[in-house]
Parts: sequence; structure tokens; C-alpha cells
Amino acid sequence: MSAARAELADLAGREYAYGFSTDLDTDFAPRGLSEDVIRLISAKKGEPDWLLDWRLGAYRHWCTLAEPTWQNVTHPPIDYDDIIYYAAPKKNAALSSMDEVDPEVRAMFDKLGISLAEQERLSGVAVDAVVDSVSVATTFQARLAEAGVIFCSFSQAVRDHPDLVRAYLGSVVPYRDNFFAALNSAVFTDGSFCYVPEGVVCPMELSTYFRINAAGTGQFERTLIVAERGARVSYLEGCTAPMRDEHQLHAAVVELVALDDATIKYSTVQNWYPGDAEGNGGVYNFVTKRGRAAGARSKISWTQVETGSAITWKYPGVVLQGDGSVGEFYSVAVSAGHQQADTGTKMIHIGKDTKSTIVSKAISTGHGQNTYRGLVKMLRSATGARNHTRCDSLLIGPDCGAHTFPYVEVKHPTCQVEHEATTSKVSDDQLFYARQRGIPEEEATSMIVNGFCREVFRELPMEFAVEAQRLLSVSLEGAVG
Amino acid sequence: MTAMARPATARRPPSGAAVGMAVQVPERASEPGWLKAARQRAATWVDAHGFPTTKHEDWRYTKLDAVLAVPLAAPPEGAAEDGQASLSSGDLPAPHLGGSRVVVVNGWIVPELSAIGVALPGGVRVESLASALQADDGRLEQSWARHVGGYPHALRALNDAAVCDAVVIDLPPGAVVEDPIEVVFVSLPASEASWWHPRLVVVAGAGSSATLVETYLSVPGGPSVTNAVTQVHLGAGAQLAHYVLQGERRDSLHFSSLEARLGPASRLSSRLLATGGRIGRHEVDVVLAGEGADVELDGLFLVGAGQHHDNPVLVDHAAPGCTSRQLYKGVVSGDGHGVFNGHLVVRPGADGTDAAQVNKNLLLSEQAEVDTRPRLEINADDVACSHGAAVGQLDPDALFYLRARGVPEREARVVLVSGFAHEILERFGSGAIRQRAEELATAAGLIVLDEDGHPGGIATCAATGSRRGGLSQ
Repeated sequence: MSAARAELADLAGREYAYGFSTDLDTDFAPRGLSEDVIRLISAKKGEPDWLLDWRLGAYRHWCTLAEPTWQNVTHPPIDYDDIIYYAAPKKNAALSSMDEVDPEVRAMFDKLGISLAEQERLSGVAVDAVVDSVSVATTFQARLAEAGVIFCSFSQAVRDHPDLVRAYLGSVVPYRDNFFAALNSAVFTDGSFCYVPEGVVCPMELSTYFRINAAGTGQFERTLIVAERGARVSYLEGCTAPMRDEHQLHAAVVELVALDDATIKYSTVQNWYPGDAEGNGGVYNFVTKRGRAAGARSKISWTQVETGSAITWKYPGVVLQGDGSVGEFYSVAVSAGHQQADTGTKMIHIGKDTKSTIVSKAISTGHGQNTYRGLVKMLRSATGARNHTRCDSLLIGPDCGAHTFPYVEVKHPTCQVEHEATTSKVSDDQLFYARQRGIPEEEATSMIVNGFCREVFRELPMEFAVEAQRLLSVSLEGAVG
Repeated sequence: MTAMARPATARRPPSGAAVGMAVQVPERASEPGWLKAARQRAATWVDAHGFPTTKHEDWRYTKLDAVLAVPLAAPPEGAAEDGQASLSSGDLPAPHLGGSRVVVVNGWIVPELSAIGVALPGGVRVESLASALQADDGRLEQSWARHVGGYPHALRALNDAAVCDAVVIDLPPGAVVEDPIEVVFVSLPASEASWWHPRLVVVAGAGSSATLVETYLSVPGGPSVTNAVTQVHLGAGAQLAHYVLQGERRDSLHFSSLEARLGPASRLSSRLLATGGRIGRHEVDVVLAGEGADVELDGLFLVGAGQHHDNPVLVDHAAPGCTSRQLYKGVVSGDGHGVFNGHLVVRPGADGTDAAQVNKNLLLSEQAEVDTRPRLEINADDVACSHGAAVGQLDPDALFYLRARGVPEREARVVLVSGFAHEILERFGSGAIRQRAEELATAAGLIVLDEDGHPGGIATCAATGSRRGGLSQ
């Protein structure tokens, strides 16, 4: 064990492979938040009046709110006047082809392993790349347009499809929802927009790659995905940020709307910079994600692998409105070093015979603190609704913590809710079994941890599953015990 | 940056509603200075912090509006005498459990109705607050000093500030009390609605063992608030079997807190049957402070129309090698509302912890509601902790099975509900305590079937939640 303890120390010193920053010529808004800053952001983006009014409404509401304190994470107070709310790499005039993307931006994405230019030939995944506050490139637009799918940056959607944006913006996460949703609604700068028309099965995986690059900035993007009747779409999201001493705030909002028989699958591999060995720096990932399974038999599925961020605090949820709609949540959250995570889901059952499944796997190591917090709410109208929740925690090392705070609220007798959870360390018996067969301890632990997460990984699209497994093994390097 | 040193989050002091009424601290010249000071300190805390609201995580599902509508008057000494004439020992639950019986009416011990000191071995003391204060050796002072750093909420502080009488049970090391010690708390209608703040203190020396039964009853009348605190200190290797039977009338409001601190290798089993009151909140705070301590907590709450029951259970593993088991079951009918609020904390260094927390609930009507929150907070890695919760109706397959064999639907439902409750009821042993538990459950509308599947004499329907309640069961 003592050798393992010593190795624990190594964990803290592990390399964050995406910690570089790129010297991009960036356009900033002045530091701080005021109505003027919001007007400036809106003007820079050439937004219509209704959107500016919406932003200002959100800002005025935000001013009346106090930052919540119930979460099971601790951080020094955030100075909202010390954040740059708009930072955009310059030269982002409308692009007609990938070749026009700023070579430095392309080089940055190449370094991240997301080659914008080679997307088409290699992976067949359409990518919207978001740097700091704005979308810099969206690949594959033409081929998607052939199928009738709209996939573009949020700014472009506001310009080209204002009616769609106006109809759905804030319909799932209104700006009155919570403190960070209000902040995001006031200052959001870009993000991705996707609209899949009736009966269309999106021909390829859609993906957004988020990158915080500039220092002193916050990233506030918004993603809106609408799947019309019978449509299907699978969407991936990846995130990285440079290593910086200060904390950076990432407060995004993601809204999903699925109409009758539509399916949306949303996968996240979150690898924001987690901070250094002493817990300095790192991204605060305070995100509001919610899907509205509005139509009958619609389905929304969230899969998340959370390995990065100093603090992860989010509850991707599903409002199960349509009769027979389905919500799913699969999560792997890793807290190593001084990382903290308070994450889980909310399943609000409104329609009849709605079903939800929650599988959460939390791994804590080093000084990591990991909290699962989930709400399963069955309203009186949700006759015959069912939920099954399984959340397991794995503790590696004596200084970490794993917490489980489920909330189950049931208002109808025909609803059936089951919640089960376990917390334990890596089983000595399993380790012994593997080591007896000549597998070194570290490899054996990694194998056991991978097995522990398997249920979630198999929900990920293949490219992401590979990345997720690799991230997990990097996160756990030296953490065996 | 880390949250390691943070105590259990659930007990953060609330930033609550304004009190709106002054806490009256009883003035008693005979009380020692430390007690006067402790009362004042607690009252000041209530004034400063107010009562919790539903914004407070631990009070999310329980509103105090109805409770705070009852004036916070301190019951005058002798308040019990008003209604005492109407109460005779025949009204009290029978059978007598055979050991010492203390009857507390409206917060005051009534010696005429009690049988204090029956079947007690040498050295074991069961006495009132006044009597315990005379022989005070500092242990009572500790009991009041436990929340010096702040109270979990105003009701606990209020008990400290305004407690009228207390039942103090002192078991010297090695003492073994065979017969159950019984404390019956009775609320009688007073001239006006009031709060009672009964207190029960058990100090069990090393290696001692005893059985303690708390029964809460009321006589119909105006609304009253019972705000009871039971404190249990178990020395090394001490054992206590503790039972709570709560069956007040439907106009009562009931709050109770069990605060237990377990020494090394000590063992506590605490079993709750809760059926009474418009609001019932049964808090359990157990600290496993000594290595190898063991606690078993079971609860059955039968919640009918117009009732609200909340069960906040905190088990704090502060020492290594301790074991805890929780099994809470709820049967909710009418427009009743049942809540389980479990919280398991494993402190850093509490290696070898083995903890399990289970909550199961049965919803018997369209309007019934159950909220359950089984929480784990774990800060050590060499642990095995699990929890589970389930909410549902009677299993349709099981109903079908019985009906296919000619059992009418109503009877089939009775069999299934009885079977569900039986798992807890059978933990009340096989003697007089079990009998009293079954009587209380029956009065609450549950048909308790015997071993052969025959109902125990009274035929009310389990699903209707109709009940007789009251004293003369």
C-alpha cells in the first residue's frame, strides 16, 4: 500500500495535455458586466432587437439574484466584474470553406487532435469549433443542408433562422431558471444550433469542440438542438482550456427539444483544465443542461464523461412531458487532485408511462470530492411512470470523498422508483485475482476501473469512447492503491 | 479548496424565518446557574436564527406554518393538573410492560400515575430533573452543553431553553436491567394550545444494558406541539434496545429527536413505529464515536389522510470499524405525505465502516405522496456503504397471484400490506412491546395478520387509512 500512496503523489503531477495556449489575435470586450457590455456584445454580433431585449431582461433578473450556496463544492467568491465576457479570435468574417479558417486556429485544433480540415476525409463527424466566445468554423454544412439539417453557430442561426431561434430559445431553460442560466442568457456569445426537420435521421454525428483560449475570460455559450417529429440526432461535445493560474468560469446553457417520436443523444467528454497539484487555477464548469422530451414517445439521452475542471457543477436533466417519453442519463465523473464535482441529473416525469434510467459512476482519488445529486420527480399526472437509478462510487486513496444525495419525489401510486447505490474502494479480492495472474497492480486497477465505467462508456459513440477511456487512464495514472 | 474538514452539510444552521414570538425561558430559582445560563443561551440562539423554512435542505418537505401558529407559551408548572383528573392509570396503554413506568403529562412527570423504581437493580436511577439536579455530578451539564457551537435547528434549541421536566435514567457500569423501562408521554388538552418540551436523558455506563420504551399519546382537544428530545450516551460495551411508539391524535403536532452517542463496542437498536399526529417528525442523530460501535435503526411510518411524517436520520461514522443498518418503511394512504431523509456520513479515518441504508415506501392512494432522500457522504476509502430506496404501489403480480387463487382483492391487499409492514413490526420482539406496537398499527388502519394469516381481531381496511386513535386502545 505504501508504494501506492507514494504513487498517489505522482497523480497530482500528471500532465494536462491540452494546457497550451495559442497566441491568437483576439478581440475583447472591456472587463466587467453592465448593460453597456451586453449592448456591446449584441451590437458586435449584429443581433436583432428582440434578442437584445431578452438579454437585458436576463441581466436585470440576474441582478436580483444571489449566488446559490447549497452545492457541495467550495470555491473562493467569484468576482463577476473581473471577467471578460466577450473574447473572439479576430478575422472571423463569414467563411465559405475550411481553407479560410485562420491558420493559427486550425493549428490549435490540429494540436487538440480535432483537425478541422481533415474532418471530411477522416472521421465523418461534423464539427462546430468554438474558441473562447465564438464559433470559428463549422464543417460539413453543405452535406448536412442536403439532408435538411441545420447545423451552424448560434450567431449564424440568429441571422439566418431567427424564427426558429426565437421560438425555442429559453423554452427549456428560461433565464429565470437559475443564477448561472440568467448570467448566460445575458452575456452568451455563441454556441451551436442544430435543427433536424421532421422525419430526418441526421446522416452523421454532430460535434462541437469548445476551447477557452484567452486569459481572464469566461466562456458562456449556448447550445440549442431541436428535433422535429420522428427526427434523430446524435451530438457530441468536447472541451479543453489552457493551463492558467486563475480560475476561469464556464457557464453554458444547453437546451434540447424533442418532439413526437424524436430522439436526441447528447454526449459530452469534458476535459477542461482541472488546476494544478495544489488546486490553483482550473475551470469552474457551472453548466445548465436540460432536455424537453415534449412529444409522445420522444427520447433524450445524456451521456457525460467528466474528467476535467477544477469544479464541475451541473445536472443535465430531462423534462418528460410527452406520454411514453424516455430519459436517460449515463455519467462517469472523475475527481482527482483537488477537483470537486457536484453532478447528477433531474428527471421530471409529467407524461403517462414515461421512463427514465440513471447510471452514475463516480471515481474519487487524491483529494477529489465527488457528489452525485439527482432528482427524480413523478407528478400526479405521470401514471405508470418508472425510474431506475444506479449510482456507484469508487474511492481510491484515503483523502478523497464520495457523496450521494438523491432526491425522490413521488405523487402517484402507479409510479415505480428504484434507487440503489454503493460506495467502496477497489476490491482487494479483484486486485488479488488479477495480480495472481501476473497483471501489475496499476494495470489491474485500471482494468477494474474501466470495468466499473463500462456501462457508461458503451453508451458513447465510438470515437468518444476511445477518447474517454484514454482520459480516464490519464486521470488515474499513479492513483492505484 | 477541499471540503474535507467540513462537517455534515445537512446540519448547517438554517437562516430561517423570523421567530415572530418571544421564547419564554422558565424562571426557576431552584435551578443551578449553569442550567439558567444554558437555557438563556439556547433562547438567544432561537431569537438569532429563527425557525427553519422549506428553503433549508433538511426541512425541504416539512412546513412549520401550522406549528408556529401555536403560541410559544411556556407551560406553567402544574399545567398537567388541569386535565389530570380525567386521566387514570386505566387510560394508559396496557399491559404494563412489567418494569419501571414513568408517565409524563404535558411535559411534567406525574408520580401518581407512574411506577418509578420498579424492578430496578441496585444503583440504577430513574428520576426527575429536579431530583437529578440535586445529586448532580456534572453529567447533566454535559447534556445541555452538547450544542454550544450552535444548534441544528430552532426546535432542538427550544427544548434546551424551555424544557419543563426531564426523565433521567442512569445506569452504572455493568448494570443489567431485565424489564423494559417505560416512559409514556401524554398530551392533555390545556386551556389553550401549547408546546410541551419533554426530555429524556439516558446515561449508560460501560457494559450496562437496558430496554427503553417511549410511548406518545394524546387526548383529543386543542392542538398541541410536542417537542421532545431523547439523549442517549452509551459507554464502552453498553447496550440499549430502544423503542418509540408514536400514536398521538390527529390534531397533535409531534417533533422528536433522538440524539445518541455511542462509545467503543457499544450497541444501540432503535425502532420507531409512527402513526400519530397531523405532523410527525422523528429525527435521529447517531454519532458512532467509539471504535466497533454498532447501531440498528428501523422505522415504520403509517401515514393516512391529512397526515405528514418526516424521518430525518443522520448516522455519523466518526470512528473506525463501526457498523450501521437502517431500514425505514412507509405506508402512505389518503392524501398523506411521507418523507425519509436519511443521511450517512463517514468521517476521514473511519476505515472499516460497514453501513447500509434502505428505505421502501408503499403508496396506497392516488393522492398519497412520498419523498425520499437517502444520502451518503463518504470521506474514507476503506468502507462498504450501500443505500437503496424504492417507491411503488402493491405489486400487481403478487395481487394477481393471490386473486388467481381465489383470494378477494381486498383481502389480498391486506395480506400484502401486512407483509410489507411485518418486516419492521417483527423487530419489536415477541412480548408486550410487540403487542403494543401491533395495537397501535391496527388503530392506524393496518390489519396485522398473525402467523396463520388471520387478522388480529380488528377489521379496518388497510387502504382506507381510517383509524380510531386516541388513548383508550
